[in-house]
Amino acid sequence: MTASVEFRALRRTYGRTVALDGLDLVVAPGELVALLGPSGCGKTTALRCVAGFERPDSGAVLVDGRDVTNVPANKRDAGMVFQSYSLFPNLDARDNVAFGLRVRKVPVAARRARADELLDLVGLPDHAGRYPHQLSGGQQQRVALARALALEPRVLLLDEPLSALDAKVRLALREEIRRLQLDLGITTVFVTHDQEEALSIADRVAVLRDGRLEQAGAPAEVYDRPATPFVAEFVGTMNHLAGRVSGDQVTVLGQLLPVDGPVPPDPSVDVLVRPEAVRVVPAGDGSAVVLAASFRGASVRLRIAVEGDEGGEVLADVPGHEAARLGPGARVTVRLVERPVLVAARTGPVPVPTADAV
Amino acid sequence: MAALTGLERVSGAARPAARPRRAWWRAAVFLPAALYFLVPLGTAFWYTVHSPATGVSLSAYGELLTADGFARSLSLSLGLALATIVLVLALALPAMLAVRLFAPRLRPVMEVLCTLPLVVPPITFVAGIGTALRGGTDLLAPTPFWATLIAAQDPAFPVVLVLAYVVLVLPFVYRSLDAGLRTMDVRTLVEAARNLGASWPYVLARVIVPNLRPALAGASFLTLALVLGEYTVAALLGYEPFAVWIVTVSGSKGQLSVAVSILSLLLIWLLLLAVSTVFGKSRGEKRK
Repeated sequence: MTASVEFRALRRTYGRTVALDGLDLVVAPGELVALLGPSGCGKTTALRCVAGFERPDSGAVLVDGRDVTNVPANKRDAGMVFQSYSLFPNLDARDNVAFGLRVRKVPVAARRARADELLDLVGLPDHAGRYPHQLSGGQQQRVALARALALEPRVLLLDEPLSALDAKVRLALREEIRRLQLDLGITTVFVTHDQEEALSIADRVAVLRDGRLEQAGAPAEVYDRPATPFVAEFVGTMNHLAGRVSGDQVTVLGQLLPVDGPVPPDPSVDVLVRPEAVRVVPAGDGSAVVLAASFRGASVRLRIAVEGDEGGEVLADVPGHEAARLGPGARVTVRLVERPVLVAARTGPVPVPTADAV
Repeated sequence: MAALTGLERVSGAARPAARPRRAWWRAAVFLPAALYFLVPLGTAFWYTVHSPATGVSLSAYGELLTADGFARSLSLSLGLALATIVLVLALALPAMLAVRLFAPRLRPVMEVLCTLPLVVPPITFVAGIGTALRGGTDLLAPTPFWATLIAAQDPAFPVVLVLAYVVLVLPFVYRSLDAGLRTMDVRTLVEAARNLGASWPYVLARVIVPNLRPALAGASFLTLALVLGEYTVAALLGYEPFAVWIVTVSGSKGQLSVAVSILSLLLIWLLLLAVSTVFGKSRGEKRK
């Protein structure tokens, strides 16, 4: 029942805006791939090409090896959950879920049974008779999910299904989606602009930028070994520290660390370091000063000014319980965790990705 | 206008909590308004039932039913109204959906086009139709379509009037449907339905129309009211639907024509009541 999805050199332009610029990506059967990127990177357009709501200018979409680029939207075997609430307001939850079955002329009793079964699956067994306006946002998206699954599609398409929900519901539903997806083993493409969501839910994360694929890989790989500075910047937070390459090592903040990946020809480089790879220890004679601390519950993010030639500002994440000793103005020493680091040619500041919704 | 009032009353009744506080204020508005409508109606009614010679009698109403042309003109008007409603909705709704979904930039153009009939005076319109009908017959004479224009002008059911009325009611229908479509996320609903395998006609019948019922009722009602009361176009083209018949009859039988007017007013009220109760009921069920 489950199928592979392949994007082959997809290109789509709107007037002068290029939404997709030769996107290539293969989603394996049963896999959950998150399309991640800032707004306008083409991730939703790519998804809509699979659903049949957009036609690519060139390139093809293949489902299970079959070219579906010219198949109309109502003949494709892909269930979709939308960003905005998309339940039919005139139908109750059960009839919403059964809509697709009704289109296929499944007998009333059979489709009611199937709808109830699916509502049970998404955790709403007692809400079959409720109308959309009587359901909360999270419940509506659950019903929408059940509706998308009712026809047992070969592909599940999720277009930022959680972005309209509040934080707690978002977290719960995201875990539920993952659980269902694993249970059913259904190939899923999940579009999101939230990197945390993408990293936590997906088998593989595909980072898009300006309609092209920047990197596709397992969440840990994308996070730890970003292929490009853009990915490093967009997925998580990255420090850019001035460093000097010598051989396959780099000097940064007075430390000598091995270099991971390619080395640019110019020895003056930016060393990319995650905030959690920065160790901060309070010290009266330290060469660095805490400028600001923002408390995040489990952790505290510090903005630290490092003095000296190679200095600058560093972001560091430290456990929350150390917050008391590390208030603004505290003198500290900064050390980097001893492990291979990524370096990039020193450029101007990388465009900072925006995290707002599409 | 009448249809809007009818539907508003229903939604207003859903919030009875506000009523006691504003009771005096409502009465202050309601009483003069009621007098404004009821006094002329009452005097008109009195005129139909009372004459100095015979005293009070309902003979004018009895005469109505047997009057020459009453049933014919009324059924013609209702038939015209029904045909106009069907045609205007079948034209306007798919067109508005198509513009919304596929060519949003054409919306201002469509809005201007649909509002145009309000700006062009009916006289100009009729003059145009008259000229077109006269010239058209000669033009079509040598073609297989020669009978089309003749058939369209059949006095038993003048299709040409339906076409004219469709244009005349377009502004009201457009406004009403536009307001209805604004209340829902048409694109997402259509895409959701398409995604679930629905064909375009299925989307229209099962998704758009059910969610547009109040707007469709409003549009239908405005059309009905307009067609039942329309005089200019029909009279100038020489047909005799209800409104024209009332005027014709009023020349000879004063009492009778006023009685007919009162009766047609009642008829419209009844239709309005029927429409608003039907839609009020379905709404109430949903809310529960």
